[in-house]
Amino acid sequence: MSMQNRPMREITFGEAIREALAEELRRDPRVFIIGEDVAEAGTPFKVLSGLVQEFGPERIMDSPISEAAITGMGVGAAMTGMRPVVDIMFGDFVTLVMDQMVNQAAKMHYMSGGSWKVPMVLRTTMGATRRSAAQHSQSLHALLSHIPGLKVAIPSTPYDAKGLLKTAIRDENPVVFFEDKMMYRNKGLVPEGEYTIPFGVADVKRPGSDITIVATSSMVAVALGAADKLAEIGLSAEVIDPRTTLPLDKEALIQSAKKTSRAIVVDEGYEQYGVTAEIASVIADGAFYYLDAPVKRMGAMNVPIPFSPVLEDLTVPTEQAVFDMAKTLCGRV
Amino acid sequence: MTDAMDKRAAGNPPAPGMDVELYLGMYEQMAKIRAFENKVNELYTSAKMPGLSHLYIGEEAVAVGVCSALTREDYITSTHRGHGHCLAKGAQVDRMFAELLGKKAGYCAGKGGSMHIADPQSGNLGANAIVGGSAAIATGAALAAKKLGNGRVVVCFFGEGALGQGLLYEAMNMAQLWKLPILYVCENNQYNEYTHFRETAAGELADRPKAFGIHTETVDGQDVRLVYETAQRLVERARRGEGPAFLLCETYRYHGHHVGDIDRSYYRSKEEERYWQEQRDPLKTLADWLSGAFQVHRSAFEQIENSVRAEVEAGAEFAIQAPFPDLSEVTEHVYAESPDA
Repeated sequence: MSMQNRPMREITFGEAIREALAEELRRDPRVFIIGEDVAEAGTPFKVLSGLVQEFGPERIMDSPISEAAITGMGVGAAMTGMRPVVDIMFGDFVTLVMDQMVNQAAKMHYMSGGSWKVPMVLRTTMGATRRSAAQHSQSLHALLSHIPGLKVAIPSTPYDAKGLLKTAIRDENPVVFFEDKMMYRNKGLVPEGEYTIPFGVADVKRPGSDITIVATSSMVAVALGAADKLAEIGLSAEVIDPRTTLPLDKEALIQSAKKTSRAIVVDEGYEQYGVTAEIASVIADGAFYYLDAPVKRMGAMNVPIPFSPVLEDLTVPTEQAVFDMAKTLCGRV
Repeated sequence: MTDAMDKRAAGNPPAPGMDVELYLGMYEQMAKIRAFENKVNELYTSAKMPGLSHLYIGEEAVAVGVCSALTREDYITSTHRGHGHCLAKGAQVDRMFAELLGKKAGYCAGKGGSMHIADPQSGNLGANAIVGGSAAIATGAALAAKKLGNGRVVVCFFGEGALGQGLLYEAMNMAQLWKLPILYVCENNQYNEYTHFRETAAGELADRPKAFGIHTETVDGQDVRLVYETAQRLVERARRGEGPAFLLCETYRYHGHHVGDIDRSYYRSKEEERYWQEQRDPLKTLADWLSGAFQVHRSAFEQIENSVRAEVEAGAEFAIQAPFPDLSEVTEHVYAESPDA
């Protein structure tokens, strides 16, 4: 059945994640979830509520507060026949699992000459403006996207979240899955029944002709908002979401920039050495002869995320800032 | 492979201490590891081997004693000083050498090298060059074994230096909480690289697993019979679902931290090295016992030594002659192939 003919429902981003997990848990007995407060508590974000009732504590496993070890145990279990989904509550805590992801999971297949595989998923969160201060607000997906051997998904809608998570669980490699915790209650249309979304395929969220705005995760909504405002002044912005930073759909991003001749890259990670830098470089290189303006990058401000709401709100790119940047690039004053 | 080893592989171990063939088999394995490591040292010092290696000489009884208590289907994780573990678990000498020389025929197609030998066929989940880095991987494999109900046991080898790593304690905590089938084997070779363990570890080493309620035993790691008998009890205990155990083996590294660590006077004395080599050598200890208890003649050991030396020489020659990987292979195996979404 084609996607268009399916009955669609409006569900939240969090519900889409839960559906993907529940469907994969039903489909494959090797899948299990391990993490802090994932069972009865359903995580602090309640995304996993109800799963332990259906699948039991053997498959929805509450762990001690030991991020590094549960991740490493995910690696070992994945190598020996299981499909673990490791839950790391806050993306800031990926620093605690870096040896297991970077030196173990990512390298196992290559280092063993292809003889071992690590089919695991590490789900974690990202995103500021929850008033959670510097250690619970970062978007650290660039750190993982740096590492050969890992795959990194960073969905922006309930539809993408569900399809990409199911793909992640079926992938034969370690996948890190970043969910913006500020989007869990956002709603979107999701078809009933089974579907997956391939990695490395960007999605045009809004077609346009004057400027390309490449945006990820929470920044897609920001970019779409900016595109609405740009339309009011007669500028047509194309919003394109790579959906996975690793693999990255370079060709689609380059083609969009060639078409519009201008590009801005917006991402909630720190701007310095970030995802925006990589994507801007891909576009600058691939679309050089078509560009009418330098490729611009907009990321989180290069400061630890502050607590005070008035300060925190300054650190994340806004609709207005993206609008202003696009306007300038298009030569409007 | 001796008959005794065949019997063991078939899952029918003879009663400990009663079978001369079993212990002659262990002697052969220890002698093979020693001959292998001596050859590694020779390849390194004659500039035939890239990189460097951490030799296992002196510690052979631990790998052989423990792995003799395992089936081929059981898993191990190993360390940067891992050649002994890999050989004892069933790796072939020729493919080991090929890996050490970065050749295509190696266990990792030349991409892993000395510190990363891995082999699914012999249940080797991989040697790990991060100290303590495989503690959670091994524990995760034990979790999988329990979930799958396949009766497998996992052995996690590490040196006493790994007791400085927090990951090990996180993993042991869960192993005991969930009664996972795993044996943590700590090889206390006395030195964290170039520093005596008493300078780095507070309290008694064995008290640490005990704090989690993990069944803990300490053995003379130079006596392969003791290591084997103890490991066998602990492995079978884990296989019965009675949970993890910790086996602390007192042992000694005859050579330096790695092949290039020649001048060791600033951290240990020649007298100490001589004591272990002359009084506590695992091959000598086993040979003396076999001679006394079973009247095994010296010529039997010589025959074994000649045969493993020949195997090692042939293996090294195979590796020297073997081709390097094709240059196109540099980008192969970054990712495993996945089904189309």
